[in-house]
Amino acid sequence: MIDYFRRRPAARRAALVSPAVGAILLFMVLPLGLMLIYSFLQRATYGGVIWEVSFESYIQFLFERDLDDSLIFNAAYLQIYARSFGLAAITTVLCVIIGFPTALYLVQQSPKRRNILMFLVTIPFWTNLLVRTYAWILLLRREGLVDYGLEAVGVTDEPLGLLYTDVANLIGLVYSFLPFMVLPIYSSLEKLDFRLVEAAYDLGANRLTALRRIVIPLAMPGIAAGCILVLVPCLGAYVTPELLGGGKALMIGNLIQQQFGASQNWPFGAALSFALLAIVLIALVAYSLRFGRGALTEGR
Amino acid sequence: MAANPLRRFPGTGIAALAFFAFLYAPVIVLIALSFNSGRSSTLWEGFTFDWYGVVLDNPDILRAAKNSLIVGTFSTVISTVLATIAAIGLDRARFRGRNAVNSVIALPLVVPEIVTAVATLIFFLSIGLQLGLGTVILAHVIFCIPFAYLPIRARLEGMPVTYREAAADLYANEWQTFRRVTLPLLWPGVIAGAMLAFITSLDDFVITYFVAGPGASTLPIYIFASLRMGVTPEVNAISSLMLVVSIVFVSISAWIGRRSS
Repeated sequence: MIDYFRRRPAARRAALVSPAVGAILLFMVLPLGLMLIYSFLQRATYGGVIWEVSFESYIQFLFERDLDDSLIFNAAYLQIYARSFGLAAITTVLCVIIGFPTALYLVQQSPKRRNILMFLVTIPFWTNLLVRTYAWILLLRREGLVDYGLEAVGVTDEPLGLLYTDVANLIGLVYSFLPFMVLPIYSSLEKLDFRLVEAAYDLGANRLTALRRIVIPLAMPGIAAGCILVLVPCLGAYVTPELLGGGKALMIGNLIQQQFGASQNWPFGAALSFALLAIVLIALVAYSLRFGRGALTEGR
Repeated sequence: MAANPLRRFPGTGIAALAFFAFLYAPVIVLIALSFNSGRSSTLWEGFTFDWYGVVLDNPDILRAAKNSLIVGTFSTVISTVLATIAAIGLDRARFRGRNAVNSVIALPLVVPEIVTAVATLIFFLSIGLQLGLGTVILAHVIFCIPFAYLPIRARLEGMPVTYREAAADLYANEWQTFRRVTLPLLWPGVIAGAMLAFITSLDDFVITYFVAGPGASTLPIYIFASLRMGVTPEVNAISSLMLVVSIVFVSISAWIGRRSS
């Protein structure tokens, strides 16, 4: 047996790699396929499905049935998708606006300081999103610290009641995904040769021109990777809109959860999930066509 | 480099300061409030450890913590073993399909959590698995694999081939080389990967929420459920504990990675 593997590196490789790959194929890829099938089945009244082919879920996405069974266009679900896109796009832009100068600051630091600061950037990655979002409830709720602080400084004279609004939702989303923007921008800026910036000054560029013509173009792969890393999880966000949007500011994630909770419409939930997955995969493929295969997962 | 004014961009310091304040202020406020003797989330009414006592006396929290530990331990061990042998198998191998294998391993990172949760739930129920701790562990193993895999692979890639060649020169066979050279050098990567897998498992909410079923609540599920009842100092305390545990784990993991590189 051992001799067999020694003589055949390809067989040994397959034996070593297949448990992990097999587990993901069996418990992730296969379920995703099953989810697609479910989206074409009929709903059963108390959850689950009836095994009969139906396009009802996809019809329900755009239309609702009138009493006489005629279809009426219904934009409600489409609006939730559009809303999620809008929120995700604004979040991404805000993350670039805050993340880019932060990353630029980080690469200007001494190596030792950089290490410490980069560690501080990564910590939130590994701390519980639910808990960190909960912290914002404490800050944003009526008469919470944000209200209190703004009143003390004299900006406002009555509680804003930010919690359970789109503003709260946006704050939470930016907060959750900001490190995903800083890290890739940092790694592309780290490779930036500052002599190019000096050369730009020699040629009469001012700081803004050097930034616009040299630094930003060279940081572009990092910015693009950051945008994907923020946009993708943001579209599927569940915790933030649930806790900070208070169920009023619905996003795709909450809509999907509802189909498996209160609404008990599994095929529709499967169809909504599949639509989200398709959007995400298209974004990833577009990204890798533009910036090279594996640019995201290989961390380059 | 830092001294050269031509290489400075003024104004970025303020942005970075705002960034770190934004990132850490909520966490600091949360931890501070967990020591507040009053129930207010604004007014400081004195320092106390009482809420931590309340947490440790609550059987529901203790049960959730136990579940979190069981799930975390099992999924960490299984996913780290799978990730380690896969990383060794892929090390320096150039073959067709390598990209495909890497993409499959990275898949749990790119599929939105809510989609994974839905697909996993549908799959478990249609093959007739009873939802419980077992299904939670199974789901966690899958999404922990890439987290365990990445540091292990990074460590393997940073390991000079010359060490293994030297072992071969000294008549070690492949198994001996692996056992005496590769594995000891790989160990820090394995530990770092295992720690990241453990935190990832401990922190997961969305997927667990879908596949837990009654009686298999983990800490995040407990926190989410009690948030429905409103904000309480008890939740502040249990949340602060979770934050501290995660931060300690990441710090140790980073420290092991740094010291050994």
